[in-house]
Amino acid sequence: MRFVDEYRDGAIARRLLDEIRGMVTRDWTIMEVCGGQTHTLVRSGIDELLPPQIRLVHGPGCPVCVTPLALIDEAIAIAKRPDCILTSFGDMLRVPGSSEDLHMARAAGGDVRVVYSPLDAVEVARRNPDRTVVFFAVGFETTAPANATAVKVAHDTGVENFALLVAHVLVPPAMMAILVSPGNRVQGFLAPGHVCAVQGWTEYEPIARDFGTPIVVTGFEPIDLLEGIRMVVAQLEEGRAEVENQYVRAVTREGNVPARQVVAEVFEVCDRAWRGIGVIEKSGFRLTEAYRHHDAEVRFPREGAPASESEECIAGEVLRGRARPQDCPAFGELCTPEHPLGAPMVSNEGACAAYFLAGRRRAEVAG
Amino acid sequence: MCLGVPGKVIHIRGEGEIRMGTVDFGGIRREACLAYIPEVDVGDYVVVHVGFAISKVDEEEAARSYALLAEMGNLENVDLPQDPEGVRDFAPEGRAVPPSEAGA
Repeated sequence: MRFVDEYRDGAIARRLLDEIRGMVTRDWTIMEVCGGQTHTLVRSGIDELLPPQIRLVHGPGCPVCVTPLALIDEAIAIAKRPDCILTSFGDMLRVPGSSEDLHMARAAGGDVRVVYSPLDAVEVARRNPDRTVVFFAVGFETTAPANATAVKVAHDTGVENFALLVAHVLVPPAMMAILVSPGNRVQGFLAPGHVCAVQGWTEYEPIARDFGTPIVVTGFEPIDLLEGIRMVVAQLEEGRAEVENQYVRAVTREGNVPARQVVAEVFEVCDRAWRGIGVIEKSGFRLTEAYRHHDAEVRFPREGAPASESEECIAGEVLRGRARPQDCPAFGELCTPEHPLGAPMVSNEGACAAYFLAGRRRAEVAG
Repeated sequence: MCLGVPGKVIHIRGEGEIRMGTVDFGGIRREACLAYIPEVDVGDYVVVHVGFAISKVDEEEAARSYALLAEMGNLENVDLPQDPEGVRDFAPEGRAVPPSEAGA
């Protein structure tokens, strides 16, 4: 497939690895923010092929993983209402809530439907005018234009029975929260290429400057990631801290202006809780006043017991880059993709699932 | 979640409430919203995420940057025919097709 296959070339990968080995003079810790990048790095073994001085830590860029438990519980409560249909991306269905997940809610009679695009959820609403169709709007900036458009289309075409359960989060506030957290070790970032395809990279420039942290906008194939790492290492070795763009084929500095315009019309920035991390100021979106009547949390105020997390799971430490999945006592034993305790083991971009699926079981890691 | 797959636009429909089109991903075709790439034309490549084109692939930039990389790869083939440590095969695995759903 064009623009995919050529970025998996082994000869180029070897050459990039040689270049990285040749330029490293000391230890560096680099975080890839995006969970999709985590999976490529682990699956292709790049993290193990890098020189020992380069430590990759995996960031919180897995929206499924950071969606707060209380919102998962809310989605489950909505799914169980006979007057509602809950629509969602498939990843969310196995994320454990306080006592069950959406699959269990469906098995118990709840109407839960997996959609490919939020526009499909609007179509479900059109076909079911007697019920409220709630779309579980999880995601980072990449997904915001799609979710904003779904609300706008519903609003503009009079689909009043369509609502969003909004769990939108933003990358730059999370990066800053990591940089200011006590014990932070991250010295450079691979910024998520598709978030930047929408947003551009101007909002990363003050972070690079103020924290002295190199940031390289990076794509998702193995060659993209190796080149991004090489660019971060070059900056670190040369004492530079700038925003650079590796993913030139898909990202410009301004991003996608028409997409950003619809996001700005439908969403506004708010404080958001991140599962395993806590509340980060101005780190997410909610619907603006004009679209607030499409907000599922307004239509169905939250009830019931407060959310409670698994005691064994160390997802918060993993999401902040302070622990690796195999540091968790439950990893691969009590917690597996079939029976996850925490969200990072569920999502196909969660760090725990990446390690598990790449065969990095506890015994092998220890050996 | 932020998975984006590059595909070729093979058909554009202007009618309706929102601009849609058909995008080919290595033989698999799906509908995608093209509203945010107003300049897109049939034959262009776009990066599609949850049914929305979020970016047009800049083929000139791609060719220019890849030429630099490919040159490196070829040089390496001549000078270092074998990597004694062995690099894993970066063969496509799962990512080459559009997602059946948005999770990734």
